[in-house]
Amino acid sequence: MHPALSVLLLTTLIGAGQGLFITMVVVELLAAGSVRPGFFVGGTAIVLVLCGLGLIASFFHLGHPERAWRTATMWRTSWLSREVIALPAFMGAAFAYGVAHWTGAGATLAIGVLGSLLSLLLFVCTGMIYAAVKVLKEWAHPLTVVNFTTMGLASGACLATAYAGFAAPELVGALAKAAFTLTALAMVTRGAALLRNAQLRPTSTLQSALGIRHPKIVQKTQGSMGGSFNTREFFHGKSAAFVRGILTAALFGAFVLPLVLVITLPILAFVVQYAGLLAERWYFFAEAQHPQNLYYQGVS
Amino acid sequence: MTQLALVIDLNVCVGCHACVTNCKQWNTSGAAGALADAEPFGAAPTGTFFNRVQTFEVGEYPNTETVHFPKSCLHCEDPPCVPVCPTGASYKRKSDGIVLVDYDKCIGCKYCSWACPYGVRELDEKRQVMTKCTLCVDRIYDTNLPVDRRKPSCVLACPPGARLFGDVHDPDSEVSIAIRERGGYALMPEAGTKPSNHYLPRQKSTLNLRQDELYRSDNPHRIDGAPFEQNLPPIVEEL
Repeated sequence: MHPALSVLLLTTLIGAGQGLFITMVVVELLAAGSVRPGFFVGGTAIVLVLCGLGLIASFFHLGHPERAWRTATMWRTSWLSREVIALPAFMGAAFAYGVAHWTGAGATLAIGVLGSLLSLLLFVCTGMIYAAVKVLKEWAHPLTVVNFTTMGLASGACLATAYAGFAAPELVGALAKAAFTLTALAMVTRGAALLRNAQLRPTSTLQSALGIRHPKIVQKTQGSMGGSFNTREFFHGKSAAFVRGILTAALFGAFVLPLVLVITLPILAFVVQYAGLLAERWYFFAEAQHPQNLYYQGVS
Repeated sequence: MTQLALVIDLNVCVGCHACVTNCKQWNTSGAAGALADAEPFGAAPTGTFFNRVQTFEVGEYPNTETVHFPKSCLHCEDPPCVPVCPTGASYKRKSDGIVLVDYDKCIGCKYCSWACPYGVRELDEKRQVMTKCTLCVDRIYDTNLPVDRRKPSCVLACPPGARLFGDVHDPDSEVSIAIRERGGYALMPEAGTKPSNHYLPRQKSTLNLRQDELYRSDNPHRIDGAPFEQNLPPIVEEL
């Protein structure tokens, strides 16, 4: 699949925002009295900025952004539609959480728990958008949902650690430990998906795609010489060496380096991890082999 | 329930692309707007097509067969592209089973094209909406046309008649009989999409003669009582 920058930005930005929100609510749950409200107000602002940037990025993926309101209509069948509902709902809850802390209106923990549930629901929706595409074997697995959640939580916890350095230094130690644990967990679950995908054998072949029982079939034309939507959308167009390089960058950037850095240099850890997650998301698209590519193997 | 579909005879298709050009001509001239054509006379022309003819070489030289393979939306009975659409722009008509895109509702998110295993949906780069074969829904019901012209453009254009059009749920229709009696098959059955369009396989016309047919009483070269070898017909060099 072709990795679209808009989708890479959307999923990584809102993932970090969702993770940061859940981390803040856990902090409030465990250390309610000792943290000043400013920590939560500022944190919520970061969550809203990240989700807002993600939302803006997502619009660049659409051919007709002015019709985006229609996407909320098919929530009965489409996970994309469900995500479009869950994201503003989560942002609304986050906004209410920040306002409640700012004004001292109370009930912050209740709003926070509700927002956390919406955040988890949003992780499920985002993951299911990909896991529900049955023809993409690399994505059609529960691990896809698990990984969107664990990687979002890890980057959110890293961001919380970096942010606490300014807003609540007494929390840095505990948050760094949480970020370390969640990053390690994300490395395990993403690694499991990588191992699974390495074992995959395609169910569709050129033989089943054409219905011709012969082991040797070679494509001679594909109906166009200058490419088509099919050659642009479903191929990443990079060399195998480039893809391997991105995977290495993803594994080191998103998991290994943050594990080393988060205890001592949390700000750098988050920046490196975010870049690593962008690489991870690029690879997530590139590793998915679409069966339609069987029909687009050559032009001569 | 009606399910309109195409049946494509790979034994007949000569790869002339008449179906492609007539499809493009009809569908670029309709009320829905022109289909994009970028650099039509440049080095790398690209554009939107609802139907493409691809060519494959089967076998190893010198024992090869050239197979021309027209590919368009298969109007699946269980289309994976429909439930994933967030706006409801992608839908399957109950009345005749045609899978369509409402261009006024489509936001161009391309999610439907990911769900389709066949790569038959193409985003129109100019209009930025997803497009696909409509089975010429704007002509097959047009009562201003003579009855025999109410068929998809590709079917009307095909010079050797490799494309059949009809209701695959009616067991007595031309398409159902062709599928049943000539080995019609669906593409990628493992995808579980139950395509409505079917393909008829390549067939080689060969005459299979058994040995006893050469030795039968109606063999004009037969010599009564002679052993089998003497009763074989003369080979070409002896004539």
